[in-house]
Amino acid sequence: MNRYETLLLDTASRDERLVVITAENRGHMRTVPPMLGDRFIDVGIAEQTMIGMAAGMAVRGRVVVTHALAAFLTMRAFEFIRDDVAIANASVIMVGMVPGVLSDGNGPTHQAIEDVSIMRGLPNMGVFCPCDESEFIDGMRVLLESRRPWYVRYISTPDLAIDRVAFEPGVAAVVRGEALHRPNVTILTYGFLTRQCIEAAEELGRDDVQVRVVNMRTLKPADEKAILHAAATSELVVTVEDHLLTGGLASIVAETLMVHGKGAHVLTIGFPTWFTPGRLDEVLTNERISSSAIAQRIRQRLADIVHAAVKPPSSTHEVSHD
Amino acid sequence: MTVDERNELEQAALRVRQHIVRMSTNGGCFIGASLSCADILVYLYWRFLNISPMTVNAEDRDVLLLSKGHDVPALYGVLAERGFISKARLKNHLSVGDHIYWHPNRAVSGVEFHSGSLGHLLSVGMGMALDARMKGLPTRVVVILGDGELNEGSVWEAGLVASALSIDNLVAVVDRNHFQANIRTEELVPLEPLAEKFRAFGWDTMHVNGHDMESLDECFGALQLSTGRPTVVIADTRRGKGLPSIEERADRWFCNFSPEEADALLDELAGNSRATLTSETLIVR
Repeated sequence: MNRYETLLLDTASRDERLVVITAENRGHMRTVPPMLGDRFIDVGIAEQTMIGMAAGMAVRGRVVVTHALAAFLTMRAFEFIRDDVAIANASVIMVGMVPGVLSDGNGPTHQAIEDVSIMRGLPNMGVFCPCDESEFIDGMRVLLESRRPWYVRYISTPDLAIDRVAFEPGVAAVVRGEALHRPNVTILTYGFLTRQCIEAAEELGRDDVQVRVVNMRTLKPADEKAILHAAATSELVVTVEDHLLTGGLASIVAETLMVHGKGAHVLTIGFPTWFTPGRLDEVLTNERISSSAIAQRIRQRLADIVHAAVKPPSSTHEVSHD
Repeated sequence: MTVDERNELEQAALRVRQHIVRMSTNGGCFIGASLSCADILVYLYWRFLNISPMTVNAEDRDVLLLSKGHDVPALYGVLAERGFISKARLKNHLSVGDHIYWHPNRAVSGVEFHSGSLGHLLSVGMGMALDARMKGLPTRVVVILGDGELNEGSVWEAGLVASALSIDNLVAVVDRNHFQANIRTEELVPLEPLAEKFRAFGWDTMHVNGHDMESLDECFGALQLSTGRPTVVIADTRRGKGLPSIEERADRWFCNFSPEEADALLDELAGNSRATLTSETLIVR
C-alpha cells in the first residue's frame, strides 16, 4: 500500500464525508476500491461525468477526491470544473496524474503543461504542486479539511533531502540556501523539478555562485512575499517549471512584480511549446531542464547581466525567455 | 385525479405562465422553453416531489434540477407560487440586486444547483442521487433536460454511467418540445427514435403528454424506482405552450416584449384574443 492509499483510507475511516471517484485511473490506488466500498466510484473513461458527480456530492456535504490523468482531468472536463466545481465553490480535490514532464513518453496529447495556467485562472480554485511524495501527503491532509476546490499535481517520487516546513497554502518553503543573506540567484520552482533546481544550486555553489531555492508549493494562492523577497535580495530571479512559459510561475512572478512596481532580472525556464516525448531523463536533457542545463543557463544569464552592465530599472521589470 | 384536483393544478400552471410572461419584458427571457415545461414543473412540485419551503434544506428532500437552465422563469414562477420565494421578488428579474436572471442561481431558495451551459446537470444529479443512496435516504433526483440539449455528448456519457452505476433514484424528464434554439430538432440533429436510444443505454423509458395533468399523474404515479435502472420520462410538449401567438414559432425563442405586448399576452393566456406582436424577434445564442 502506498502513502496515498494510506492517506485516503485513513481519512475515509475518520471522515465519513470522503468519497473517491476515478475515471478509470486506479494504478496508484489499487487497494482503495475494496476497502472503501460504495465510497469508491469508478465512472470509466468519463472525466466530465466524474466532475459533475463530484460537484453534486460536494454540495450535499461530501468531500470528494477525483483522480484522473492530469491532461484529461483539467482539459476534457474543464468546463465542468469551472461551472460545477469552481462556481459552486465545492469541496472537490482534483488530483491529476502524470502532470508536467512526468507524462514522459506519452506525447503532447497527454502533456498537462497548461494545467497550472488554466486552473489558476478560475475563481475559487486553489492549485497545489508538491515536490515529492511527503509534500503531497502533508498538503493533501490540509486540503481535505479545507472545504474548497483544489487542483493537485500528483507526485510519488522519492522524498527530497530537505527541511520540512508545515504545509500552508500560499506559503513557500526555502529548500536550499535559507542562511544566505543576499544570494546571487534565487530560483523559484515547484513540483518535480525542485530536485533539479537543488542540484543545479549545488553545482553553481561550487563555482561560488550563491543560490537559494524556493519551493512555491501552492501556485494559487502564490506566496507574493517570497517572490518580492527574491526580487529584492538577488541579482537574478529564476523561475523553473515543467509547464508552458505562459500562465504558470513565470507569469505569476511577472504579475506580482508588475502589481507591486518592482523590477528584477528574471530568467524563465519552462516549455515554450509541447515537449518532445521520450524517457524522462532524456526529456530533461533535451528540454534543457536537467540540473546541469539549469545551472548552465543561469551561469549564462549572469554573464549576460555582467556583460551588459545594466541594472534593472526600479519601476519596471525585465523578463527574458532565453 | 379528481376534477377539482386537476383544476387546481391547471390554475396553478396558469399563474406560473403569468409570471413567465411578466418576466418576458424589460430585458426579456427564454419564454418558449419556459412555457413548454411549466405544466411539468407544476405537476412535480404540487404532486410528486417531497419538498416544501419548510424542508428546503432537509437532507432527505427530493431534488429537482434544471439542466436546461434557460427555462428558469418557469421554476421561479413555481417557487413563488409554492412559497419558497415571495412573488414580489419576481419583479427583481434581471436586477443586479437579486439573483434572478436568465439562468438558475443556487442562492435563490429552492434552486438546487446553477446551470446555463447545457449537458451538466445529469451528472451533477447522479452525484446527488448516489450520495442519497449511500446515506440510505429516500431522495429522488429529477433532472429536466431539453431536447436540444441532447445534442451534447456529456448527456449521453452521463447516461451510460448512470446505467452502469444502477442509479435508480434518478429520473430524467426530457421536455420534448421539438425545438432547439432556432430550428426544429429533427431538422438539425434528429433525435428519433429517442426512447430507443435511452433504452439502448440501459434506461427505463416512459412517455407522457407534458401539458396534461392527468397524463402526468398517470406517468409519475406509475413510476417504478428501485429497479436498478435510471428512468427517463419523455414529455411531449409544445414550445410557447399557452400563447398561440408564439407557440411553435422558431423565431420566438427568446423574447423581450414591450409592456403593452405583455399585457396583451396576459389577456391571451386568459383565453382572450391573440396578441398582436410587433417587437423584434430575437435569435440569441
